[in-house]
Amino acid sequence: MLIPNYGCGNLASIVRMINWVGGDAVITSKASDLAVADKIILAGVGAFDHGMSGLCDGGWIDALNEAVLVRRVPILGICLGMQLMCKTSEEGTLPGLGWIDAEVGRFKLEQDSSLKIPHMGWNTVSVTKENPIICSDQEEQRFYFVHSYHVICNQPNDTLAIAHHGYDFTAAFSHENIFGVQFHPEKSHKFGMALMKNFVEL
Amino acid sequence: MLKHRLIPCLLLHNGGLVKTQKFSNPKYVGDPINAIRIFNEKEVDELVVLDISASKEKREPNYELIEQLAGECFMPLCYGGGIRTIEQARTLFGLGLEKIALQSAALEDLSLLTKIADQFGSQSVVASVDVKKNWLGKHKLFRSSSGKTSTQTWQDFIRQAVVAGAGEVMLNAVDRDGLMQGMDIDLIKEASSNVPVPLIAVGGVGCLADIKAAVGAGASAVAAGAFFVYQGPHRAVLITYPNYQELENLLKESA
Repeated sequence: MLIPNYGCGNLASIVRMINWVGGDAVITSKASDLAVADKIILAGVGAFDHGMSGLCDGGWIDALNEAVLVRRVPILGICLGMQLMCKTSEEGTLPGLGWIDAEVGRFKLEQDSSLKIPHMGWNTVSVTKENPIICSDQEEQRFYFVHSYHVICNQPNDTLAIAHHGYDFTAAFSHENIFGVQFHPEKSHKFGMALMKNFVEL
Repeated sequence: MLKHRLIPCLLLHNGGLVKTQKFSNPKYVGDPINAIRIFNEKEVDELVVLDISASKEKREPNYELIEQLAGECFMPLCYGGGIRTIEQARTLFGLGLEKIALQSAALEDLSLLTKIADQFGSQSVVASVDVKKNWLGKHKLFRSSSGKTSTQTWQDFIRQAVVAGAGEVMLNAVDRDGLMQGMDIDLIKEASSNVPVPLIAVGGVGCLADIKAAVGAGASAVAAGAFFVYQGPHRAVLITYPNYQELENLLKESA
């Protein structure tokens, strides 16, 4: 399993959790390495355009397209990584990878809302479709979120789980071999561990 | 629904874990790695670790120790103490931290806060604000590195820090620190109604009702030290953390 290091955020804790659940993750700074990846995690925090230009400058985009769209390697996008898989973002002007028919928009809360942005902390998610990464038979699944923008899927069936912050939004999506989660499984104790283990064992 | 976070706030001093009272008299309470391992097992919401001597001694963060601490955390970890440059911040994020808390550097110049927010996102920078009452009972902005109050108002400093890019504000009532006799609810109320980003209230938690009161006053999160490391009237060291259901029941009506 490879984790592209394109200059956006905290990869050490993801490696640590993957290895903890029995996987074997390696951080790579060379896009050409993806040719032999059998799984990929696209992680990252920060601004959308910063992420896309990081992918572009490192020559990652063609390598990712080849691995994900041609070889159909399972890929998990985390936080900004999930958002980069969409077509566009309100946060930036660069186009996304465009693998998922979705846009990224800022939280739009009522003026008088006491809710804060970023949406930061532990929230419960509800699973909306059968999927191999989040188990839906447990009573409550909770994960750690930190984000100001969220994914808006155009194909309702791509949404895998929703969470609520002012309104329901897509907390996770999947489309064939492509998975994305807005929260941080690597920082979500046993819930995140279970998800990562499921992804490792896909 | 987003949950209110309950955060153990651990203090480092000479490589050990300590607990202070009113920011003085640090008492040794144990080995930091061991403590973090226990908090991880207890599935705490998040952890804050502050090196209380780094800025005073004009010392860099203890990277080796921080890396070991981060290695034990399957939850978000925030570190503060002695951070003065963007390079130090980059090194720390590389070790596996989610957040950095700034106080001394931010009180001198807010540009470091802005630089970190620009490069790593505002969710990764916490403005650590200490407030102490003066002899007239007025809340004053406090500089923990010098032990003196500032002429700038605490409200003004928070406002500027948020504009500069702080994604969260950690507000500590110095007079309540370590006493376990309740939080400064008026302070929390005033701060939460004026801070557009999440507010972490610190200082004085002695029981679950204190946490509930702070959440009722508008805190997004409550952090505590003594409450999680001491047990009983003689302050015996024992690491505890309320279980999930207990917290759920406690905070259900406050939401």
